[in-house]
Parts: sequence; C-alpha cells; structure tokens
Amino acid sequence: MDSLETLRALALAQVEQAPSLEALEAARVALLGKKGSISGLMTSLGAMAPEERKEAGARFNVLKDEVAQALSARKTQLEAGALDERLARETVDVTLPIRPERQGRIHPISQVMEEIVTIFAQMGFVVAEGPDIEDDFHNFTALNIPPEHPARQMHDTFYFDERPDGTRHLLRTHTSPVQIRTMLSSAPPIRIIAPGRTYRCDSDMTHTPMFHQVEGLVIDKSTHMGHLKGCLTEFVRAFFQVDDVPVRFRPSFFPFTEPSAEVDIGCSREGGELKIGKGKGWLEILGCGMVHPNVLKSCNIDPEIYQGFAFGVGVERVAMLKYGIPDLRTFFDADIRWLEHYGFQPGDVPTQSGGLSR
Amino acid sequence: MKFTLSWLKEHLDTDASLEQIDHALTALGLEVEGIVDPASQLAGFIVGHVVEAGKHPDADRLQVCKVDTGNGIIQVVCGAPNARAGLKVILAQPGVVIPVTGEALKKGNVRGVESQGMMCSYRELNLGEDHDGIAELAADAVTGTPITQVLLFDPMIEIAITPNRADCLGVRGVARDLAAKGLGVLKPMPIAVLKGAFSSPIAVSIEDTTACPQFVGRLIKGVKNGESPDWLKERLSAIGLRPISALVDITNLVSYDLARPLHVFDAAKVTGDISVRLSKDGETLAGLGGRSLTLDSSMIVVADQAGPISLAGVLGGESTGCTETTTDVFLEVALFDPLRIAAAGRKLDLLSDARYRFERGVDPAFVVEAAHHATKLILDLCGGEASDLVIAGAEPHWRTDITLRLGRVEQVVGMSVPFQRQQQILEDLGCTVAEQAMVVGNSEYGMIEVLKVTPPSWRADLKAEHDLVEEVARVEGMDAIVAVPLPRQPSPPSVLTPSQRRVGWVRRHLAARGLIEAVTFSFLPRAHAALFGAAENPIALANPISTDLEMMRPSVLPNLVAAAGRNLDRGLADPALFEIGAQFDGPEPGQQRLIAAGIRADGAGPRHWQVKRRPVDVFDAKADALTALSAAGLAPDSVQVAAGAPSWYHPGRSGQFKLGNKVVALFGELHPKVLTALGIAVPVVGFEVFLDEVPLPKVKATKARPALKASAFQPVERDFAFLVDAAITADSLARAAKGSDKALIVDVRVFDLYVGPGVDEGKKSVAIAVTLQPVAKTLTDQDIEAVSKAVVDAVVKATGGQLRG
Repeated sequence: MDSLETLRALALAQVEQAPSLEALEAARVALLGKKGSISGLMTSLGAMAPEERKEAGARFNVLKDEVAQALSARKTQLEAGALDERLARETVDVTLPIRPERQGRIHPISQVMEEIVTIFAQMGFVVAEGPDIEDDFHNFTALNIPPEHPARQMHDTFYFDERPDGTRHLLRTHTSPVQIRTMLSSAPPIRIIAPGRTYRCDSDMTHTPMFHQVEGLVIDKSTHMGHLKGCLTEFVRAFFQVDDVPVRFRPSFFPFTEPSAEVDIGCSREGGELKIGKGKGWLEILGCGMVHPNVLKSCNIDPEIYQGFAFGVGVERVAMLKYGIPDLRTFFDADIRWLEHYGFQPGDVPTQSGGLSR
Repeated sequence: MKFTLSWLKEHLDTDASLEQIDHALTALGLEVEGIVDPASQLAGFIVGHVVEAGKHPDADRLQVCKVDTGNGIIQVVCGAPNARAGLKVILAQPGVVIPVTGEALKKGNVRGVESQGMMCSYRELNLGEDHDGIAELAADAVTGTPITQVLLFDPMIEIAITPNRADCLGVRGVARDLAAKGLGVLKPMPIAVLKGAFSSPIAVSIEDTTACPQFVGRLIKGVKNGESPDWLKERLSAIGLRPISALVDITNLVSYDLARPLHVFDAAKVTGDISVRLSKDGETLAGLGGRSLTLDSSMIVVADQAGPISLAGVLGGESTGCTETTTDVFLEVALFDPLRIAAAGRKLDLLSDARYRFERGVDPAFVVEAAHHATKLILDLCGGEASDLVIAGAEPHWRTDITLRLGRVEQVVGMSVPFQRQQQILEDLGCTVAEQAMVVGNSEYGMIEVLKVTPPSWRADLKAEHDLVEEVARVEGMDAIVAVPLPRQPSPPSVLTPSQRRVGWVRRHLAARGLIEAVTFSFLPRAHAALFGAAENPIALANPISTDLEMMRPSVLPNLVAAAGRNLDRGLADPALFEIGAQFDGPEPGQQRLIAAGIRADGAGPRHWQVKRRPVDVFDAKADALTALSAAGLAPDSVQVAAGAPSWYHPGRSGQFKLGNKVVALFGELHPKVLTALGIAVPVVGFEVFLDEVPLPKVKATKARPALKASAFQPVERDFAFLVDAAITADSLARAAKGSDKALIVDVRVFDLYVGPGVDEGKKSVAIAVTLQPVAKTLTDQDIEAVSKAVVDAVVKATGGQLRG
C-alpha cells in the first residue's frame, strides 16, 4: 500500500468520524487548508519531473475531490443532526392556552331585527324611523284613537309633564306613529317597515316597560287583505325557517285597522317541547289589518283611491319563539352569561341567500 | 267574559258540539281564552251498583262491597259511611285517572283485602266540595253507563272581548254572532210590557241629558229579598260571581245575559225624589263594599234630596243598598255618558261590571224593555207589586244608514262573497238591509248595486262601509282569504339609508373587538341622570314605573356602567359591553341622538402565563371609539384628537375626537367620583360616539377604487428621538414630522415615550419611526440625509424641542 493510499484512508476516516461541525472544520483545515496535508501534496508537485507530475497531479486531484465531497456530505449530516437537536430542545407544551382574546356578541334583538329587515327587504320594503318621544297626534289621534277612546286603556302610556300649551308628550306605545310620519311626508305607493323601541307602563312576568316592534305599512291602489296574508305567510315561513308552518288569521280589533286580525302560527307542544310548524296548537305572533280610512284621512290620503295594510310584530316575542328564550325580562338585564349564550357571533350576518341563521 | 254552555243555549238553538262552538267563537274574533269542561276529565267513570256491603274483617270503619260494573262483579274496599247495598255509585276501575290527584287508579290491597276499584265522591272528581261520602246517583241510573251520560255537566267558556264589541258583554250577543256564523238559530226573546199597579211615589229628573240621556225607574213594593233560587246561584257561581241576594243577583244576571247594567235602590232609604246630575267638587259617597269616595264635578251621580246615592254607572251607595230586609225596591235602568263613566272609574280606580259595560256603550234602544224584563224577574223571584214606569229623558238618536257597494268586500279583503250572502250575514247580525241601485261618489261607474244597511241599536261600532266589510269578512271567516304574494319589483331597491346601513357596521365591528352588545332601558334613576349631565335639563316621566326608571337617559353610559356592576357582583370578571341606542337631549320629539357607547371595566383580560394582566385604560376606550368612527365611515386621519371630555370622565385621562368644531366622539377613564356614586370599585373606561354627527360619505359616481400606486422601490424607515416639554402632545410632534416632506413621508409612528433619569424634569423623550416611500428612484444617502434634516427642523420648530443625541 503506497503512502497516498494511506493518506486517503486516514483523511476519509478523519472526515467521516468528525463528531461535530467544529471537528469537521478542523479536519478540513488539516487536509485542505493552506498548510493541510493534501495541499502539501499539491505543493510537492513542483519538484517532480513533468511526466511524473502529470500522473501524480491527476491522482492528487482525485483524492482532493474525494475528500472535499466527504467533507460536504459529513457537514450536511452533522447540520441535520444539530437542527434535530435544536428542535427537540425547543419543544413547548402546545396544550398551554392561547393569549387571551375577547369574544363579542350581537344582542338577539339586533340580530332578529336584521333578520326581519332582510326578509322584508326582498319584498321591496324600505326601513323608516321615528322618534321615541312622540306627541298625542302621531301616537293616538291620527291612528283613529281619539281622546277618551276605550282603546287608549289598552295602552298603558308613559307621559311627560304638561307642556306650557297644556299638551303632554309621551313615549310611543307602538311603532305605528312611524306610519303616520311616513304617510305625511311621502306619497303612495308606500312600502315601509319601521323597527324600534316602544314603551308601556307595565312590568311583570310577561311585560317590560320597554320592548321592540317592527311596524309594516303598504299603501297603494290595489293591495288587499289577501296580499297581507300572502306577505305575512311568506314572512313567518322565512323567519322561522319552516316551509310549511300553518298561518291563521283571526279577527280582532285595533282602532287603526279594519278589518283587523291577529296572526297565529301552528305549533306542537309534544313532550313539553315547543316546535313551530304543523301541530295541534296555535301561537299568536302579531297583529295586522287593512289601514283604517280615518288613518288615511288623517294623513291627507284619499281612502276612496288608496288602500293598504299595516302590521306590527313584537321583536322579543318572535325572538323568544325562534330561539327558545324563556323569559322576556332577561333581554334587558345585560347579564353577560345570557348575552354570551343567546347572543350571536359578530360575523353571522343574516342573509336571505345564505340562510338567516345557522 | 264568561258563560256556560247551557246559558248560551238559552239564547241559541243549536246542535253544535262544544268543539265546534270553540272554533266558531275564535273564528268570529271572540277569542276563546279557556274552556272548563268537567266532563273532559271523566272518561272511564261508570255507574256502579253496590250489590252487597259487608264489614271489613280487620278494620271497623271499612266496608267490603261487591259492585256490579254492568260487566261483572268486582270487590271494592270503601271507607265512606254512606256506602250501602243497593246504592248507585260513580265507579272508577284500575287505569282511570282520578281528577283530584291526576293519578291513575291501581288495584289496591287494604288491610289484607283486595280492592279492585274505587267509588268516588264529587270532590274526587273536581265536581264540588261535598265530602260527606261517596256520590249517590239516582236509583234509575243504568249500571255500566259512562258517567258523562248520566250526570249533566255544564262547560264554562271564557272569551276575550275586544273594546268594539260591547254587545258581546252579554251572552245574547255572543249567541247572535254564533247564529250568524251558522251554528244555530237565535231564539226569540219576547218581552211583555208589564203594566204598573200604581204610580211611583219617587219621581226622577235629569239635570244634564249629555250625562244621562235617559233614566227609567220603577218602584216595586212588597218584595222579599232572600236567597236566589238554585238555578240563578249556580249560573252566577259558574262564572265566578258570588250570589248575594235575589235582587242583587238579578242585576248581575241581566248584566251578563243582555249586557244591560241595572241598579236597585232600597226605596225606604231614598229621601224624596231622585235627580241625575253632575257631582259637586268634594261631594262624598260611601260606596257599596265600604269604599269611601270623594267626587268631583266631572262625575255623574244619582242623588236624592239628601245627596248622592250612587256614582252613576260605576258603583252604588252603601246607604241605599238592598239588604235582606228590603221590602220596597226602586229599579234603575239608565243610559250614562260613556266618557264620563270611564273617566270617573279611572280617576277613582274603580272597576265594576257596570262601568265595564257603560264605558264601552250599552244598547240605547234597550232601556224601557230592559225595565220590563228586570221587573218580571224581580216579581218572579221576590214577589211584590210594580208601579208605573218613571221615564226621564228619551231614547237618544242612534240610527245610521250605511251604503255597502257591490265589490267593496272583494276590493278590500280580496275575498269573493256573493252579495246575497253579504246581505244575509248583515241581517243575521241584526241589521236592516235593502238592496238598491244608486249612483255613488263621483259616479264614475254610473249606477251600481248597493246595500242600504241600518245597523242595530246594539252595534254602535258599525258606523261606515268599512265596518260592514269587516263584519262580512269576520262572519264569512278569514280562513277563506286566499293568500296572494305581494307583487314586487324585479330587483328590490336598497332598503337601508346610508345612515341605517352603517349602524350595522358599527355594531359588528365593536362586537368583533370583543365588546358584548347589550340593550338597556331608555330610562334610569334621577341620580344617574344627574351624574351624566342631565342636572340642568332633566327629562322626567310623569308616571314612571319606579324611581329607578324615572328619567330619560342623557347618555347611554350610566346604564352600561350599572350593568357592568351587576355582572361584577355576579363574579363575572372584566365586563366589556356596548349599546347602540338613543340618548335624550330634550323633551320634544326628535330631541334624541343615536349613540354607540361602550365600557370596559376592571382588567383588559384574564391572567395569562405569557401576558401580564393590566387594568383597562384610556387607550382601550380610544381604540373602541376609533373602531366605531372608522366603521361609520370616517378616515382616522381626518379627525383630530384633543384632551378633555365632560365631567363624567377623568379630567386628565379622557379625550375627544373632533371634526372641525364638532365633537364626534368622547372617550376616557370614567371619573372615580361617578364610579363611586354608581357603586363600582374597579376602574371603568368608556366611549360615546355620536353617530348622527359623523358625516355620511359622499355618494360616488362609481364604486371603482382609485388605481393602486405601488412603488417599485423599497420603503426606508428612520428613527428619531426628541426631547420636548412634557406638555407637548405626541400628536403635534408626529404631525410636524409628517408635514416636513409630504412627497416622501408616508407614515410617522410614535414608538417610544420616556421620562426618567437622563431626561430633565418637565421634559420627555418621544421617539418616532418615519417611513419614507420613494416613488421615482432608490434614495441615496444624501436624499435620506436631506429628509432627516427636514424632519428634525420641522419638529424643533413646532415643538421647541431638540433632537436627542
């Protein structure tokens, strides 16, 4: 075995057995560095005869390449090992909790109002608004409820102190004054809904002094009670997301509509669980009717030419029915446990195309 | 309004079942609120025949009976003393549910003897209180027949009456509606004129015929006012009225039967003649039932020579009330002004069956006849002799003629009802109807067919054509209305105004920041209103539900803070709430503004292994306010921020966002004094965004966005630190830097603030990062040097500070 072969074996062994990147670097310097043993071989070529030099040069180069390759291979190997080791060191307990984030919620009243608006939007209704503090004219008189009318006893009204002119303002007892404001400020055809806060001086298990309604009003030359039934049937089926929920009109009385009706939807109470849809029971959900001619006259609209319907939905009532919320009074407590349980995710925007709710 | 089925059948000749009547009432708008039908609980009970009764071998008080079920003999152990051989009894066998317990009967073993059934008392069947023993049936009851075929049960029906249907406050009115609906025939009710035997010694005069158009009276002498007969007592008891004495019971009967309130005075206690007049202010009356009433001149009284003897149409007087010793009775059948009755009842807080009927309107043409009807009842039940009628005033005018056009029902209700059928319905309801052809209105249609309709005297609610349309729709049935989809435009318009639309954006962006939406009352306690600026202009309700809900809120914050307090009291940490709603600036319609307000209380978040828990601070509230403003459409650059906010905020840790002179938002830590007053012991920060003050974005001609101008060259960031007076705001420093080269500088960010060793007292060090964005070429060192100099110069000039070395 000649000396070159010995050198090769030694060099490769040194490289392959280098225990660390540092040892490998030392080996590289010792072999291929300026003063390295293989570099030394190259220097020795100068002293050789041309024939010998050519043959020896070729052999030296082969050795040099081989060692360089071995160095590179060992380096890759050692680096991979070092990374594995680092990663192993870096391991964390991924079951630890994330940094605190806060989950906001949308109140069921806001969500349900948006759902209702979404449904009626698609039927061409626009949203109208009115003030919470109202005068007697808009809340009562124009709605065919003259002073001392027995129907005023159906409304437990919050009043303010007498004004210098002897009149008293009040908190609106229903969203119906928005009908009046709309009819006084715009000409038919009219198709509006008016969501908002309403107030009655009543507080017990099933009444709160403040609650919410959505008023609807359609005025044109041809809309009749069949359209009212069609419109509300469409609404309740879309809102409750039950295609075949039965809808019943029951004659009733409101001073501002005639004929007046209350609308019931079908339900079953089997096993103590309320289910909206076909069943033996009925649930009252809203009041409606054909706008009373006196109301049209109050708004300077000729009842011989124009007619239409109006309705009022209790927002809390339908929210309770749809989402199984048992107690009206809890809506206004701002109890965070309740809001987190019955509230909605900020991203859950109701749409008709994507379904109103999850 | 309550009545029994048998009572209804006194007026209505019908074969309809209880279920059919139930449905028809609701379909007519006489909503059934409840039906109590004892028979519904008695399925399974049969007539048993006790064949043999013997002593129990092991118990003195028990008997062992052999009972024939009609289908065999069973053995029953019974403790009732009246159980005896030969008796017909009500028998329950195993499986039958006993009404009083609600449990199914099981086979029993009583002291070693098997009992295969139970003989029931009336109490056990919820049929009465008698508990002297088991029920004894008539001897001819057929053994084995269901008990519901042997005993007569009278179901009680309760219906809700809308305020327009005064006529249905009497059973006869209900019967008439059902007859019109086709559920039977209204029985005739002939009332005979009852001639008097003498003339009444008591005369009646009316002072004001607007208060009392007509008063019909009559003396009946020699009556005996004892207990009513069983049929009358049972009838009243069945609808929850307590039988008192025959005379009083008769007035209640007529009130509920014919919606005709009456009154009876003990004539012996009436002094002189009677006059109906308005009361005098301060006049008093001791009412029936011990109520002492102070009257005023808006109320109607029936008075004798000594003073008021009844509050007309509301409550009789104690002094002239009928008792068991009454022998001469003066009957009152009158018409009173409904508005005055209602007002008096409300003012004195008196509810009575009479008031309820008078204020809704009683039949103006049923006064004299009602007097004859009541007289006959009194004579039948109490004996005596009647005087002539005393009639003051006259029947008021009530007749109206209404024209119902052919086609009108279909036009309004969308329901096709043959004209003949319409006529039939109206006639069944008591209207007089004649068919005619006439020119109506502007004669556009020439002669058209109409019905000339005169509603009956008891239907004052029928005044015009639309009232008749409703009657036809109601009686024909609203189930017959065919639902028609509302015609709609091919593509619905945008339904929300821009200001309505952005409320939704603000709501969802605030919720996305972790705030929970609350809806709180529009009112609050006076003390809370005062804390939030309402001291000068409180808007108080005249009739609040409680002092806690007395004032209209001048700000949304106090209710949210109070809510946070309640949540903290429940042990819920770090409440963060918001609400979008009105605050009230004045007592006139429209003096309200839409606010988005929110609060965060106590800590910014829970303890965490990596993140240190910190208390909420003004910058949390500032971030919330900015979120709301930008969701409402304001570019953050376009608003100025300034220190200072109203008194409910911390004077040094609060601020406002302004557009020019207009404040669009407030934010800050809430004042510790305010929190103490609201009972909150932890820090609370809050914000109020005045949504109405945020200008709506200009409507653009196109929704297209401007072209993106992305530079091909890398941005460069340079940091600077300045020493400035402590009073210099970070905002003014950053603005000065930004303005120094508007072409190159795209962003200036304050990233450090330092006060302490190395910085003189009264000074502070503010460090900013300035981002340069070259657009034309890569910046050279000289370019950057020039901009840096401009930045330093501008800041030094604006703030009087110096670059920190």
